[in-house]
Amino acid sequence: MRPVIPYVTAALLFGLGAYGVLRRRNAVLVLMAVELMLNAVNLILVTADTTVRAALPHGGQVFALFVIVLAAAEVGVGLAIVLQLYRLRATVAVDEVPLAEPPAVVPAEVPATVGGPADPRDTDGREAR
Amino acid sequence: MTGADVLLLALGAVAVGSGVLVVTTKHLVRAGLYLVVCLGALAGDYLVLTAELVAWVQVLIYVGAVVVLLLFAVMLTRAPIGASDDLDRPGWPAGLIGGGAGLGLAALLVDAYRWTAVDLPEAGTAERLGGEIFRGWVLPFEVLSVLLLAALVGAVVLSRPDIGRTAPARGTEAR
Repeated sequence: MRPVIPYVTAALLFGLGAYGVLRRRNAVLVLMAVELMLNAVNLILVTADTTVRAALPHGGQVFALFVIVLAAAEVGVGLAIVLQLYRLRATVAVDEVPLAEPPAVVPAEVPATVGGPADPRDTDGREAR
Repeated sequence: MTGADVLLLALGAVAVGSGVLVVTTKHLVRAGLYLVVCLGALAGDYLVLTAELVAWVQVLIYVGAVVVLLLFAVMLTRAPIGASDDLDRPGWPAGLIGGGAGLGLAALLVDAYRWTAVDLPEAGTAERLGGEIFRGWVLPFEVLSVLLLAALVGAVVLSRPDIGRTAPARGTEAR
């Protein structure tokens, strides 16, 4: 087994993930690109597990499992934030989020901005209870 | 070139190709489906690299749970069906940084490993990895479970509008 093949695959996937994070405007697509980067790291860890003989065997694979769990936690919280952003702004374009605006203004502005898509909030609220 | 090398090359080409489609396609839902192809090819890579348990966990959690969550998010944010033109920002800084990171790391790793061959170790079965986790990595494992719980509670709190901001006013309004 030539370890350079999976290593190069992982490096290219990481580059693609970085490109996607910087290129995409839609927050869900940004999260998908983050998943690509995390998978590249996983592939590096699993490949390193075959090439490096560590004191604790299979440390790389254990770390890959840990990273998979971290990715699951990350995508859960990330999607909650994205849905909240959609509820407040009715958009998920990451470059339209006004970072300089004080947060106190946000609740007052909700009815004016959202207006039309008021029902996703209602259905979600009903589901939550 | 052994059989494992050929498999790794083919699966790596599939993974990188579908990764390119994930970050370039104009269809939101198709991006999620190409992500499935990419993650499946990576699971095949793990199988060739004798990481059995990691491969099955990858299929279960990534393809089964994470991609489904992402598709739910695509649905809940009312993404348009069909091609949309406003998904991308100007490309050259992203191309510069992404290409630089990818090709730089690839050059570094090619320089480090050349065309050397290693023997595959014994397979990382569930039994062996379970022994490793619960013998050598118990404390990180438990900390990770606490982190997962905290993340799930955080996601619930974030997605409920009646928690956190002016709770009494909103409660009277609801009832």
